[in-house]
Amino acid sequence: MTEATGPERVRTAEQIELSAREAAAGVTPRQDHGSWAAKVDRLDVQQRDGVRGTNVAGRRLTGPVQGFGKMWQKTYRLDVGPGTSPQQAIATWKAHFPEFWPPGNRFAGALTGISPGDVALLDLAIGGGVKLSTGVFVLYADEESFTLMTPQGHMFAGWITFSAERSDPGTAVQAQVLMRANDPLYELGMIFGGHRKEDVFWAQTLTALGRYLGAPGAAGVPAGTVNPAVSTRTVCVDSKRQWRNARNIWHNSMVRSVLQTMAAPLRALRRRSAQDG
Amino acid sequence: MDGPTVTMQVRHLDGEVAVLDIKGEVTAACEPILMSAYEEAGGSAAKRLVLNFAGLEYMNSGGIGMLVTLLVRANRQRQKLAAYGLSEHYREIFELTRLDEAITIYHDEASALVGAAN
Repeated sequence: MTEATGPERVRTAEQIELSAREAAAGVTPRQDHGSWAAKVDRLDVQQRDGVRGTNVAGRRLTGPVQGFGKMWQKTYRLDVGPGTSPQQAIATWKAHFPEFWPPGNRFAGALTGISPGDVALLDLAIGGGVKLSTGVFVLYADEESFTLMTPQGHMFAGWITFSAERSDPGTAVQAQVLMRANDPLYELGMIFGGHRKEDVFWAQTLTALGRYLGAPGAAGVPAGTVNPAVSTRTVCVDSKRQWRNARNIWHNSMVRSVLQTMAAPLRALRRRSAQDG
Repeated sequence: MDGPTVTMQVRHLDGEVAVLDIKGEVTAACEPILMSAYEEAGGSAAKRLVLNFAGLEYMNSGGIGMLVTLLVRANRQRQKLAAYGLSEHYREIFELTRLDEAITIYHDEASALVGAAN
């Protein structure tokens, strides 16, 4: 049995035993070492302007294995035409990521854009004047894709991969979510309108990106609406719910955000009396 | 994007255990190859499936997603999934994505076979 040949050890064809196929073809193996975030047990966050920034610090990351609800794979895709290469599309998406989000939602990431290991803070509009405060972790980023992973308390446990690829006749950009609702309350929310809301969210995001990149027909699509050219494909990967993870509800950021919003006047009063005293 | 550059060979150790030798690049593009190998490994007939990552050269987040899909199929059939041969780098990725909580990681094939049998 051969030993593992991690990409981190790759140097030259002489230094390592490149396969005959690769050596003959003059192919340099792809490397992923710098594309993955370093391992973290719990999230560490820095406060950012414009967002509340709660419900993230100290939280663990959650993948589909840790989630509660049915498992879904949702793919949103838009052809942006031949004028943009996949690398250009992803570079633009990374650099301007928050600008493409639908109005009323805030994404406060690192000033440098999207890099592996970054933690971004989110305020998401959930109605009734309440903002759901949560975050995302940049799990993976390379020139053709990047992936965000969610923490405990987020609506879903899983990750979302943003990618671009050559697709005749041009370049297609794509957002693909692999997720389970994080707890029973979120699962109910997904059933009663949450899925539709999420579909609109990402379709609007792709529409905004397409407009920025000059996608065919994008100029005629008003801001805040969905370009009908955005395709959506939804697959239920696992129809079973993971009841062992029902207690994830303890971390539910929606419940906590509502409580934090209700408690805000009390906190302000306490601060004022402390200053007066 | 180029096509998948991965091979997945199946070894049947007995009627209940199959080892998948994975060599090359694991990305979302190789899902048909993985699922085909899964069927060759016995589909629902195999009770234990061991993934050998000693030949893994590259993996992106799409590859991790594909392993989650395999895990769902294995769970549906009440099959145990184990892995070995991961370099330190890929072991950390399994831990980061918390995939190690569902796919038990072993140091070598012998321990993976013993562990998967328990």
